[in-house]
Amino acid sequence: MPDFSTGFTGNAAARARPYGQWLAAATLVLLAALFGWLLIDVIIRGFGSLSWEFISSAPTDAGRSGGIWPVIVASLATLAVCMAAVLPIGLGSAALLSGVFGAPRSSLGQRAVNGCRQSLDILAGVPSIVFGLFGNAFFCLYLGMGFSILAGGLTLACMVLPYFIRTAEHALRSAATTHLAGSLALGLRHSTMLRRILLPAALPGLFAGFVLALTRALAETAALLFTSGYVSRMPESLLDSGRVLSVHVYDLAMNVTGGEAQAYSTALVLIITLAVINVLVALLGHYWQQKLNGAPQ
Amino acid sequence: MNNSTSLASSALANTALRHSPKGHDRWLFLLVRLCALLAAALLLLIVAFVATESGQAIQALGARLFTDSGWFPGADASGQFNLTPMIVGSLLVALLAMAISLPIAVASVLFVHSCSQPWLVIAYRRAIELLAGIPSVVFGLWGLVVIVPLLGQLQAPGTSILAGALVLALMILPTIALLADSALRAVPNELRLGGLALGLSPWRVVLRIQLLQARSGVIAGAILGLGRALGETMVVLMVCGNVVQLPTSIMQPIRTLTANIALEMAYAGGLQRSALFVSGLLLIALVVALIWSAHRMGRGYA
Repeated sequence: MPDFSTGFTGNAAARARPYGQWLAAATLVLLAALFGWLLIDVIIRGFGSLSWEFISSAPTDAGRSGGIWPVIVASLATLAVCMAAVLPIGLGSAALLSGVFGAPRSSLGQRAVNGCRQSLDILAGVPSIVFGLFGNAFFCLYLGMGFSILAGGLTLACMVLPYFIRTAEHALRSAATTHLAGSLALGLRHSTMLRRILLPAALPGLFAGFVLALTRALAETAALLFTSGYVSRMPESLLDSGRVLSVHVYDLAMNVTGGEAQAYSTALVLIITLAVINVLVALLGHYWQQKLNGAPQ
Repeated sequence: MNNSTSLASSALANTALRHSPKGHDRWLFLLVRLCALLAAALLLLIVAFVATESGQAIQALGARLFTDSGWFPGADASGQFNLTPMIVGSLLVALLAMAISLPIAVASVLFVHSCSQPWLVIAYRRAIELLAGIPSVVFGLWGLVVIVPLLGQLQAPGTSILAGALVLALMILPTIALLADSALRAVPNELRLGGLALGLSPWRVVLRIQLLQARSGVIAGAILGLGRALGETMVVLMVCGNVVQLPTSIMQPIRTLTANIALEMAYAGGLQRSALFVSGLLLIALVVALIWSAHRMGRGYA
């Protein structure tokens, strides 16, 4: 579809902008101002005590001074547990839902696939605090993991699984639409086809799903409050309790008088990490796009 | 599920139908089915565990969960276990946040689309996607340090329904805007061009043609935004004051269902713990109802 937009609007827009449109423009400015206020506030207040020292040392005096190194380690460990659980289960589910293995051959099978989709849709909307309740009852108590990084990571995995599956299913499906018939015609096994053709072709989409799940998990607080716990010393194993960055922000802001400055610095670290991940992903996506559209070798 | 994906998937189904996995691929197929089963069973597992844990309170207290004289919980039935103030608090904050957020989100999306500058639409979308990823605890921190003292100057103590609603409104704005944006994008371009050809201004075209066509998608986005606001914990926990009461004005502090769980879960035992799981069950029920209605409204967009 050719894009006529600019040609048409230049004149019409120049004639007169209706009041409604000015009002709508004002809301856009308002929106930008509010988010600008939020981000600038965090940057200005957080920048003060941000230093290499802050990143690399342990918190002292309940977090009022010192740094956040154990908190960063605990965050990384929790994320590692989370993604290690999400990747295999998510990839498997996405492969089935995307129809790579063929359409369901019975109405029961079709109903199972539909049920799986609906269940994942609802799961994506369940409040994070409910995942916390579930994680506490199931992972911490029923499975006996206690307040631990393992329990927290698995709780997060339950929470972000639907996001990953949705994106990965879409990626595999579009890869399958172009490559499935050809590879089946060549007599490839499904396993070979998945490993050599579909997974590489769907890699950018799978990666996008991975990053979406990762950033959601990194931003989460409520699901971790009573699954991975509050302990802010250096975790020694996955069965140790560990405090992640967002819980650290919450604890400093609410439970520690005089912890605000450090809370802001930790929040800034969190936001910078998220921003860096997003920028890297955008660059990588651009690179992939160029490689796919690139000159023939 | 919109038309294009279902078309693509039916073509896909025809290709793959005649080639079912053979040999050791059967094991892979089985493994993949197990994964999907596990993913699908997760929701059942969550509902089952939350329901089992809340059974104790439902059996021992029954309707007392809504009729007791207040929220003074204990491990046995001698406490008071009224969840109503928390339910009212959750609904009030979420609805007010939605009422603030929806007009701003929709108006800004409409403006961006009415400019018909492709770069502006793309930049707006990228920005909104980025903002949707800001952790809720950061919104809470900002609300606690900036918004609450500002409202406190109007009327002490500042931690209030209004503070919660304002910060929540900002938090759910990207969600609503993203869904409104994709609903507007799904409107066929021919309709837009037809409107422009009739001499309508771009603003009229967006308002009277595109928005009209996309209205169910926009409403679905609003409902999903409401669901996010209802389920949000950190913001309301940090800025709403957490006083259990039925409010008489929006400047009063309240406690929501989610904040109640977050506050008391750490030390709760017996019936109190079980009552917290009841509130979790209520939250699931509310959100499932909202998602269901959003799906009915916005088939093809959500």
